[in-house]
Amino acid sequence: MSADESQPSPHRLPPRGEARGRLASSLRGAVSALLPLARRLATMVVALFGASVLVFVVLNVLPGSPAQVILGTQATPAAVRQLTAQLGLNKPLVSQYFDWMGGLVHGNFGISYISHQSIGGQIGQALTVTGPLVLFALLIGLIIGLPLGLAGALRNGRVSGSFIGAMSQLGMAVPSVVAGLLLIVVLTVKLHVFPTSGFPGWSDPWQALRALVLPSFSLGMVEGAIMSRYVRASILEQLRSDYLRTARSKGLRVGQALRRHGFRNAAIPLVTVVGLELASLVVGAIVVENVFSLPGLGLLLLDSVNNRDLITVQDIAMLVATTVLVLNLLVDLSYRLLDPRLKGTA
Amino acid sequence: MTALLSVRGLSVSSGPLELVRDVSFDVDAGERVGLIGESGSGKSLTALAVMGLLGEGLSASGSVRLGDEELLAASELRQCELRGDAIAMVFQEPMSALNPTRRIGDQVGETLRIHRHLSRKAAERAAVDLLARVEFTEPERYARMYPHELSGGQRQRAMIASAIACDPGVILADEPTTALDVTVQRRVLELLDRLVDEEGCALLLIAHDLAVVSEVCDRVITMYGGRVVESGSVSQIINEPRHPYTQALLATSKALSVSESSLGSQLPSIPGTVPSAGHFPHGCPFQDRCDRRVEACQVMPEMVETGRRALACWNPVVGATPSSGGEAA
Repeated sequence: MSADESQPSPHRLPPRGEARGRLASSLRGAVSALLPLARRLATMVVALFGASVLVFVVLNVLPGSPAQVILGTQATPAAVRQLTAQLGLNKPLVSQYFDWMGGLVHGNFGISYISHQSIGGQIGQALTVTGPLVLFALLIGLIIGLPLGLAGALRNGRVSGSFIGAMSQLGMAVPSVVAGLLLIVVLTVKLHVFPTSGFPGWSDPWQALRALVLPSFSLGMVEGAIMSRYVRASILEQLRSDYLRTARSKGLRVGQALRRHGFRNAAIPLVTVVGLELASLVVGAIVVENVFSLPGLGLLLLDSVNNRDLITVQDIAMLVATTVLVLNLLVDLSYRLLDPRLKGTA
Repeated sequence: MTALLSVRGLSVSSGPLELVRDVSFDVDAGERVGLIGESGSGKSLTALAVMGLLGEGLSASGSVRLGDEELLAASELRQCELRGDAIAMVFQEPMSALNPTRRIGDQVGETLRIHRHLSRKAAERAAVDLLARVEFTEPERYARMYPHELSGGQRQRAMIASAIACDPGVILADEPTTALDVTVQRRVLELLDRLVDEEGCALLLIAHDLAVVSEVCDRVITMYGGRVVESGSVSQIINEPRHPYTQALLATSKALSVSESSLGSQLPSIPGTVPSAGHFPHGCPFQDRCDRRVEACQVMPEMVETGRRALACWNPVVGATPSSGGEAA
């Protein structure tokens, strides 16, 4: 009889009664909650270091010297050598790497070879476009994907469900560039509802928002279509789960059971997807910004690559890598909030 | 006297495939009925059909009456009102049947929130009382835990607590002890037995083990191949099984209970395996595995009732006491 009462995991339970025991256990609880976080952060630092070395080596091994690009094809080898020395590009690679990283660690992104402007300032400026763009696109993706996926799951096996499935397949098949061009043709060239391209800056928020509507939609619609597939699969899994049947055996209707017991569990895999989608949106933004001539991170990256503005390219690559890693960290942390089984595990 | 739960001609089909065929039985108020048979004989589907909780692609036909209400014809809304309140179910696998992300107290008290419209606080207090009734020594503490922090037996007791919350007239228990450690099975069974007794509710206990059923139930129904093949009182079925399938089940059950003394010798089992759905022979579903098969078995025998006993067999076992046990091997 006592076998049944014994705890499968006694170490996780506070010893009862004594105040001292309780204090010790809450301390232990805090440590066990923070330890995985510390471990994650350490992993992240290592990953960032690896990424920085990779980015640096790859870009410096690639052919094409910044000095040559600045001076043009007519420049004499002597002039190119002189400018190379002036830019500090003749220093050993290791010391160039540490100059660059040393600056980054202190928040100094360096000065562009080409524009002679602060790269940090340029990136900051570009982020005022790319940041809202990605965020709006994600929002649109969620607004489209969540209800569509839910409806698809609830109507699974019926004609309307298959229709939703076909729609999302179609949405996934259309690249955001094509969606963007279609939107431009219909809404700007024919109907003149939105500006075709360019960005007026945030000094006029209304115009700025208007300029971002089409790019956000062309990015977000595709993400929404992809998201709806994941949402549908996740909700279907919940609908087929034993505990949802238990919930229904208690007298809940399907919708109620799903709301009370399914959504939280369905969210666990979806959080991962949203994290990954956000990363892919950052990449997608680079393409879409070019279609709509938005002065965002994508345009800056492309210009920098064309100009062999290596430090700017490196900085942007590191920024994207950091963003992705931070997103992954947030995803991991949110698991812990959603799933009580993960408390105190690594 | 009219039965509390009355099932007539119940069939469950998946498209053209009939998985449960023409099942009829009654459960009186306060009566305990055991439903036995190997896996794949349609016991769980029968229970799910009674609850109106068949999975997608499955449909039920026939009649299921609870009191004087026809359940199969009732609206989903009405069925929801009855589920958990008048009729409750305990599932086989307590780990997956409980929501991993909600606290035990929350899940046990939920039935009361749905049907008695208790506030969250009141439902929590009621859940603690219910947990105490299912023999949790520290119900307050366990109410705050998540399913993964409990042992299998504890989880199943919590499931039972949630099933009895609204004093249902009938509890359907689908192999409630099968997934548990052997040491815990007896305790959960005794608990179920005691609670059903205290509540005065009826019990439909599904099991594949006759020993489990004979301990708790008044009456036994044997199912095979989606059909009821025999039913009768526990003592009738145990002492003189008439259907060869019941007899074979009994023999394996007895052999298991004495197996410790006869280690080394082969355990008797029913020859052959249960065919997958749709592959049962025409006529009596058991004929291929039956050692009493006759020509007539190619036609499904009618269910013949004599008193409270019913049998569907062309060549029933007569007068034999299966005390030797090894006969079916």
